[in-house]
Order: sequence, then structure tokens, then C-alpha cells
Amino acid sequence: MADLDWVLALKNKFSDTVEEAPSGCLVLPGEDIFRAVNFLKREYGFDYLMNLAAVDYKDRLAVVYNLYSFKLKEKANLKVILPRDNPAIESITEIYAAANWQEREAFDLMGINFTGHPDLRRILLPDDYTGHPLRKDYTKEGFLPMPAV
Amino acid sequence: MPTLEIQQFSVSFGPQHPSTHGVLHLQMDLDGEVIVNCTPHIGYLHRDFEKICENRTYTQIIPFTDRLDYIGAMNNNFGYCLTVEKLLGAVIPERAEYIRVIIAELNRIASHLLAVGTFVQDLGAFGTPLLYCFREREMILDIFEMTCGARLTYSYYRLGGVSADIPEGFVQKVKDFIRYFRPKLADYHRLITNNAIFLIRTKDIGILSKEKALNYAISGPSLRASGIKFDLRKEEPYSIYPRLEFEVPVRNSGDCWDRYIVRMEEMEQSLRIVEQAIDKIPEGDFIAKLPKIIKVPAGELYFRTESPRGELGFYLISDGSTKPYRLKCRAPSFSNLAIISELAKGVKIADVIAILGSLDIVLGEIDR
Amino acid sequence: MMLKISPENWSFLIEFAWLCAKAAGLLGFVSLSVMFLIWWERKISAHIQSRLGPMIVGWHGCLQTIADTIKLLLKENIVAKDADKVSFWLAPLVSFVAAFLPFAAVPFAKHLVVQDFGLGLLYVFAVSSLGVIGVFMAGWGSGNKYSMLGAMRASAQIISYEIPLVLSVLSIVMLTGSLNMAKIVEAQGQVWFAFSQPIAFLIYFISALAETNRAPFDISEAESELVAGFHTEYSGMKFSMFFLAEYTNMFIVSAVAATLFLGGWQGPFLPGIFWFLVKVYFIIFLMMWIRWTFPRFRVDQLMNFAWKFLVPLAFLNILATALFLVVKK
Repeated sequence: MADLDWVLALKNKFSDTVEEAPSGCLVLPGEDIFRAVNFLKREYGFDYLMNLAAVDYKDRLAVVYNLYSFKLKEKANLKVILPRDNPAIESITEIYAAANWQEREAFDLMGINFTGHPDLRRILLPDDYTGHPLRKDYTKEGFLPMPAV
Repeated sequence: MPTLEIQQFSVSFGPQHPSTHGVLHLQMDLDGEVIVNCTPHIGYLHRDFEKICENRTYTQIIPFTDRLDYIGAMNNNFGYCLTVEKLLGAVIPERAEYIRVIIAELNRIASHLLAVGTFVQDLGAFGTPLLYCFREREMILDIFEMTCGARLTYSYYRLGGVSADIPEGFVQKVKDFIRYFRPKLADYHRLITNNAIFLIRTKDIGILSKEKALNYAISGPSLRASGIKFDLRKEEPYSIYPRLEFEVPVRNSGDCWDRYIVRMEEMEQSLRIVEQAIDKIPEGDFIAKLPKIIKVPAGELYFRTESPRGELGFYLISDGSTKPYRLKCRAPSFSNLAIISELAKGVKIADVIAILGSLDIVLGEIDR
Repeated sequence: MMLKISPENWSFLIEFAWLCAKAAGLLGFVSLSVMFLIWWERKISAHIQSRLGPMIVGWHGCLQTIADTIKLLLKENIVAKDADKVSFWLAPLVSFVAAFLPFAAVPFAKHLVVQDFGLGLLYVFAVSSLGVIGVFMAGWGSGNKYSMLGAMRASAQIISYEIPLVLSVLSIVMLTGSLNMAKIVEAQGQVWFAFSQPIAFLIYFISALAETNRAPFDISEAESELVAGFHTEYSGMKFSMFFLAEYTNMFIVSAVAATLFLGGWQGPFLPGIFWFLVKVYFIIFLMMWIRWTFPRFRVDQLMNFAWKFLVPLAFLNILATALFLVVKK
């Protein structure tokens, strides 16, 4: 994977910041993600956002972008690491309209703030809900942990 | 003299309504009969599947995947099991592969039957095509009940294969069904496809262009109806699909009629797949010998399969224990529904119903 | 002081009493027919859809309608808070009365008619148009957005389709030179107007489907869109009146079709009333068959069809008939 065209080009453009995690994901800092995704879309035809997921690694949060290029038949997995308190990242709704609802879901369930999102409000939970359930440290009154299997 | 003010009229469509396919709330601002704004509100069926999965072992998650897209439950099971098996590196016995594919394709036919039946019913052909479709669906559900005991939420697949071998009489029943169903498809075409009223209700309604479809990450029959020939069973084949011959129907206009026709043609193709596979089921195990307590090695994977509604993806992060660290389900209907606010602008109420029906959404997987 | 009743007054009173008796008999007959029709519709729809329909109450469910009527009568009377009480309560009555009144002029057999009007046809169309008022009152009186929308659609539809309905019949009137229903039936001794005026028959039939709000023109009752349109808020006895009104409407429209186009009571051997009923039920069967086969029109397509297609066609038909009459002279 490291020798694919677009990976090399990406590494060239954002030289010191792109790393390759052991799982094959390309880790980028939050400030670069918008330009990186834009670059991939324009130059290499990554025009399909398959999936946008938010992950809670206990000491930090992450947002994962899975892109697909019909032209190259390639998948790009990008990951951005965010701090636990005040996680904020630029929204990519301008690049992919599909990101609109996916980002709303990440905000709703994980509490990540997507700056520049046209309509960032809760999507799956009621509008007046407090808390972000998918976080590992989520508790609420009456919330019982699962009994051991 | 007081001037006449024309006010916009706000109507709530749902969450309880005969035509929203599930609990969906469409907030529509109307100017007479024409829609100015259409905002979908979802989340009425949200059970936080992803959080539940973090507290269950990999096998315990299988019944939960049934409840996502409850119409095509077998395909959900399939997608999930494939994702975990890829990370596990498990090898599935041949017999299990064949059974899995036959069952998944039968489920695809059943799901499309329901989609087409309810679509035509929403347009007003009250009851008749729907009941014909359900009559055929009953035969498939009987086959499923014979195999795993359930009619809607099956939990038939297991990591490594399927939970039980196919019973006696399964092959004969499937062959009878194939023989029975093919002429019925021709009947449906005669009844619905070229009907003048059906045509004016669906042709050139809800046109989805290629660019928009890609931008909104539309998948499945809706994408293929907009002119993009993309079927995960052909592009990123899994299981035994590379050995089976079938075509991928594509249409170019992206209107409701095209989406309907693509589903009808897909049913024919699924029938072909079942026909080919049913004769070739080899002898052998129906499940691989995996350890009793399944620990998936650490890693992350996004794996996608072609469910009846589109690209069903599972993003799995494993930390080496018996429970997944993070499991996200990328539901096709979730992305497909987002486009309704675009497509509904400037059309009449009756057209929104047609568009919603042709997108074929299931709230179970939208809300998860 | 004793009321002096002169012979003229007596004969008037007797005639009036006889008229009331005939009307009561007709009401009874029509109500029974409508109950039969409701059962028949359920059976036809069931068999078309590969089901059985009602089977338990009575032989093959024939008493099902009675059971349903009793149930509806026993239901709680729910009136929405925002409802306009007067409109809400009167609407079903207006609908039913408007559906039932035209029966007075329709000849069931050679001398079996409540009142043989000279202007029978005009009376029938004039009076059945009053049904629109009932629909609108229902929509407004319910105090509910969905009902209002449904009522407006229904009113627009009914009013629009009356034009081709009446125009199609105009050519028949031109051919027979009379508005009297009995005379029109007699004028069909040689050949029925369905064969000599097929276009008029077709236009009449389509317009009749639209007038009675039957599929494919049932946009105002579109369950999949506005729940139940103008009668969303109705339950119990009032709903059953709407239901009866709809089937009575179907009956009257088919009766008029049978009279004007299919030769009324004419037929060999058997008594006239038998043939008349056979023809009426045949047309009703066609209406039901169509309902359970086709999807429905969108409201603007429906209006386009009436104004841009049926009305010009009806005019052309009248023109052709006029030319034919001139040439015949």
C-alpha cells in the first residue's frame, strides 16, 4: 500500500504529517484533513465517501474517513486524532454531501464538533438529549453496565 | 383594503403514517400542493446498536444485526460475519459458502418483492400487487422457516458458516420456487411495468443525476438506476460470487421508474444465481471449526457487501478480546434517505410518496 | 274548526302519500342494495388479490356488512375540539341525501319509477351535484389540515368532471330529443346507445368514476397520502353515512349509465327490472375491477385529463352527432 501513487502523492504534499498506522490507515492532523480530502477528490477521483466513523480510544478521540475512487478502484482510509476535551474538526460537507448526516451522527453520539457544518444538530437522539452515549465513559442516572458474560 | 396573504402550510408526514416505510417523520412546508422544504426527522427507532455491540461477544452480536435491516436480515448477518471472519482469517467450508449465498439471494428476492409491492401500493394500486408480492414472499419465508425456524429475524449465519445444515427437502423446495416464480415476474411486468397510470406517476419523477448520487454516497439499486454500473458482488467479490454468472442491471434516467425496473431485473438475476448454486452444493461441513470463545486479533477493517438496499458496510476495530472495541454499521438507507430533501424540493406531495417508495428505505438500519 | 278537505285536496293528499310510499320503498331497496354492494366489493377485491374475503359471518360472509353496520352504530361519537359542529354533523347527511335524491327520476322498469319527470335527466344531474357541498362541509368542519386538503382536492375533482359527464350525455339528448329518462330508454329499441355512441359511453364511464371518487381517481381518499382525506375525522354512524353515500353514488351513476347507454329495462323473456339490475351491477362490477387493478392519478394529472382531454373529446362528439343529425335530415 505504501507504494501506491496517491499515497505517495499525499505523503509528498503533507510530507511531515502523514503517517501510516500498522492497520493501514493514514493518520493526519486535524488541520490538514479538509485539504487532503479535497486533494484526493480532485486529483485521484476519490469521489465516494463510503463511511465516516468516530472512535473513542480511551485517551483520545478519532474520526475515520473511508473514501473510494471509482476511477482507481482504490480505498483510502484516513484517520484524524482529536483530544478528548473540545474535539473539533473541519467539516467536509462541502466536498461530500454524504458527510452531512454522517457528521451529524458522529456529533450526536460522540460529541465531536464539526466546524463549518451547515446544520450540526442531533440526528438520532432527541434534540434535548444531554450526553454522548457512544463515549466509553458515558454514564447516566440509572445506567446499568452489562453483567459479565 | 387588506391584501391577500398566502401562507406556507406546514404538514407533518408521519411518524405514524401508512406510507412512510417505518417510523419516519417528514416535515414538509407546502405552498399549495408544491413542497418548498422537506426535512426528514429520524431516530424514532434508535436503539444504539453500536454501543450494545461493545458489550457483547462477536457471536452475541449476530441477533442484533438482524434487527438492523429487518427485511433483508440474512444479508445483514452475512455482511457482519464476513467482516469478522476477514479479521479472524477464518476459512469457510464450501458447503457453508454455497448455503450462505443461496439464502442471501433468496432474501434479496424477498426484500425486493416487498419494496416493489409497497411502492406500487403507495402509488394507489391498493392491495393487489402488494398481495401478489406477499404471496411469493410467503414461499420464500416458508423456505427460511424450514431452515432456521424464523420468518423475519433469522440469526442463521454464524462465524465460520451457518448455524444449522439445510434440511431435507430444501433443495426441492427451492427448485419448486424457482419454477413457480419466473412466470410470476412476467405477470408483474404485464400488470405494472407498462401501465399508463404507473408510468405517468413514476417517469421523470425524482430524477437523481450521477454526480449527485456519487456526492451523496447513494448505493444499491438507486445508484444503478442513475447510470453507474457498480455492484459489490462484482466489483469486490466475496464468498462464491466470482463463480456465479449474473448480470448487473443498469438504467440511465435515475427516475422512480428506473429504480423500480432495476429492482425487478435484480430479482431475475438473483433467481439465476440461486438456480446455478442450488445444483452445486457440495458435501461437507456447514460451519468451520473455530474455537469456542472467539477472540479476534487486534486490527481494524471496513468491509462492505451488497445488501438489497445498497452498500452495507461494517467498520470493526478489534482489540484482541472477545468483544469488539468499536463496531460501526454503515447502513445504505441512511445515506439514501439524506437525498430526500434535495429531491423533494419543488414537487407535489404525491411525488414525494413515489420518491420515498422508490428509494426503498428501512428505518431499522437508518436509526440502528 | 274542521279542516275542509275538498276532492282536489284529497287526490293531492293521496298522491302525496303514494309518492312517500314509493320513496320509502326505494330507500329501503337502495339501502339493501348498498349493503350487498359493500359485501360484493370485498369479495371481488379478495378474489382479485388471491384471498378469500369475509367468510365467517353468514354464508361466505354475506352478513358481514350487517355486522359491520351494527359495530359502526355502536361506536363512540368523537368530535374533534376544533371542529365546526354544524358543518361536521350535517356533512354526511348532505352527502347521503344528495346521493339518494336522483333515484326519484330513474326508471327501474317500464312503469316502475317514482316520478316520471319530463326533465328527468336534468333533475338527476342537478341534484347529484349537491354532493360536493357535503364533501366540502366535511373537510371544513373537521378542523384538520388533512381533511381540508382532501376536501379541496375532492371538490375540484368532482366539479371538473361534471363537465365531461354532462357533455357526453348531451349527444344522447340530441339523438332522442328528450330529457325524459323513460323516453330515452324507449329510443334504444333498435340499438343501444353504448354501441351507437361509444365515445360518449366511454367519457361518461370515466367521468362517473371520477365523480364517485373511485380509483384511479380516488386521490381525495388516498390512504397512503392523507390518511383518509375529507373523512379522516369521521367515525361511527357519521362515517357509515359517508360510506353509504359513496356506494349509493356508484349505484345511481351506474343506473343512469344503464338507462342511457345500455337500454334500461329492455331485454328478452325476463321482467324488465331483472335486466335493469343486471346491467347496473355489470357496470358496478367494471368499476370495482378497475379500482383493484390500477394505481391512482396525481391530482394535477387528473385535472389535466379532465380539462385537456375529456372536455374537447366530448365537444367533438357533440359536433359529430350534430352533423349526423343534419345529414340524416
